[in-house]
Amino acid sequence: MEALTVDLAASPVRQLNQALHAPDPAPRWRVLNPRGAHSVACGLTRHLTVDIEGHVGYYCAGMNQLATVTVHGNAGVGVAENMMSGMVRVRGNASQSAGATAHGGLLVIEGDAAARCGISMKGADIVVGGSIGHMSAFMAQAGRLVVCGDAGDALGDSVYEARIYVKGTVKSLGADCVEKPVRDEHLTELAELLKLAERDEDPAAFRRYGSARRLYHFTVDNAY
Amino acid sequence: MTEGLRESATFDRATIHAIQRAAATGVYDIRGGGAKRRLPHFDDLLFLGASMSRYPLEGYRERCDTDVILGARHAKYPLHLAIPVTIAGMSFGALSANAKEALGRGAGAVGTSTTTGDGGMTPEERGQSKHLVYQYLPSRYGMNPDDLRKADAIEVVLGQGAKPGGGGMLLGQKITDRVAGMRTLPVGVDQRSACRHPDWTGPDDLAIKIGELREITDWEKPIYVKIGATRTYYDVKLAVHAGADVVVVDGMQGGTAATQDVFIEHVGIPTLAAIPQAVQALQELGVHREVQLIVSGGIRSGADVAKAIALGADAVAIGTAALIALGDNHPRHDAEYRALGSAAGFYDDYQDGRDPAGISTQDDDLAARLDPVEGGRRLANYLRVLTMEAQTIARACGKSHLHHLEPEDLVALTIESAAMARVPLAGTDWIPGARP
Repeated sequence: MEALTVDLAASPVRQLNQALHAPDPAPRWRVLNPRGAHSVACGLTRHLTVDIEGHVGYYCAGMNQLATVTVHGNAGVGVAENMMSGMVRVRGNASQSAGATAHGGLLVIEGDAAARCGISMKGADIVVGGSIGHMSAFMAQAGRLVVCGDAGDALGDSVYEARIYVKGTVKSLGADCVEKPVRDEHLTELAELLKLAERDEDPAAFRRYGSARRLYHFTVDNAY
Repeated sequence: MTEGLRESATFDRATIHAIQRAAATGVYDIRGGGAKRRLPHFDDLLFLGASMSRYPLEGYRERCDTDVILGARHAKYPLHLAIPVTIAGMSFGALSANAKEALGRGAGAVGTSTTTGDGGMTPEERGQSKHLVYQYLPSRYGMNPDDLRKADAIEVVLGQGAKPGGGGMLLGQKITDRVAGMRTLPVGVDQRSACRHPDWTGPDDLAIKIGELREITDWEKPIYVKIGATRTYYDVKLAVHAGADVVVVDGMQGGTAATQDVFIEHVGIPTLAAIPQAVQALQELGVHREVQLIVSGGIRSGADVAKAIALGADAVAIGTAALIALGDNHPRHDAEYRALGSAAGFYDDYQDGRDPAGISTQDDDLAARLDPVEGGRRLANYLRVLTMEAQTIARACGKSHLHHLEPEDLVALTIESAAMARVPLAGTDWIPGARP
């Protein structure tokens, strides 16, 4: 079925989102001229496919459920924030807080992601083709963050149970984040994630990071 | 006390104990509740009832309305509450499921709202709450767009009066399987809630975030912004610019489930000082009463409700007082409080999870002590008394609606309270600090 086309140069984001939230929306959508608009295709709850042709502003595909959203350009702050399920793909780069607090689904950023990528993530999977900025996976609770490039300062600061895989260099690790051994089950899940993200990196080239769990209980010895 | 001994005002017994406790443990004191120090408060204000120059209304019969509409600025479905006393955000996790249900039942019985807290929305509280405000917090624990859509309003929390600038804390003994599941955390860990939001960093970003929340909920829900009282004048202006429908200002007497004592007692400003700052900000922007102001932090009586409204609030929120109405600190638990090193009237170890009243606990046996139906009845009674007391004062001042109360109806007992509340010292026309 041919996609329904919405031109944001001619109609506002509010109209697009309300159409996407309607009880029985068309299954395929194509959005033209986003021109950095905020909150494009956020709050989706159905198995829709949305292709956005250009750059988007903050919170694109925010709180996504079930839908597949592709940004054929760069994304601003908080792309796919608090995503519950579905898939969001950014063909270009993403600004800070990509996938923040996301509970489920898969976020793929083919380029680089800025600071705080995967901050407080709660179960989602994030695959970044390029590098990520500082304080990424801060207080990340669950899910997997895969970085094919390098990681900036304070990776995984105060991380809980999220698992972090980095192929390149890590500038520094944050509080309570340590390198951990890569076992067979990790290679298996990494291979699955890379395949889902349509990446061809070798899982064996990645190193794994996670919580030392020294901050799990408040005592005088861990009061930073 | 032994005759002739003199206690130091600087090193009193509580201070000496605090030093001894710190020396013994090496860890700072974490407790619940709000500031315990003496602060300028509503007790330092008095109403000028009508006499010759004003015309009172008959105390028991003449109409004095109490309803309030919250969030009509942008939302398709604003809240219309029967009374201007709401229940402040308190989480399932900090409180037991029975306590949350009792809050919902009590508030629902009198037509007012309750508020979720850190950790998400439980089916029990949604089911029992006629009007439910969903808090959107930095931690986003349990943040779920389905629950967001089920809420009657959304409260973006930037801070609270007990700890402006600080995140939350829920110690491991309260992280049961259910709490851990709701927050996606391992069972039993000491859980910290972030002090800042993960996906925005300033007021301009907040405007975009509020826009996103409106888009996701199709512009149906009122959006509140809650701040801990500090630089209140500026923060309220920024909240309004960011698009808030309602601003919630929580003074330093506002309670918490668990925070460092040093934070509770030494950060923030009193509720009394915050209200005029907030009202000034709203008035200068031309949105006073259009963007509603909810005030919390130390509201105990109908007099406090009336005074907050007279100073310019549209509604108040209660937390600590609601828990007391449910049974917190009741003398019947005194022996058990003492076994925990406290006493009825002093208990503040809400972080500890061993609350004999069954309120601030996740222990099933303790929680079962609180009957949510009886608790709801007691809370409804208390809310009715607050409302009747406020009406009594409003009628005495000649007002046919609580919102007709105004600063002109108030005087202050102390220079400090006169300066903070910006009303004259009783018997004078002097408002310290007021520009001529």
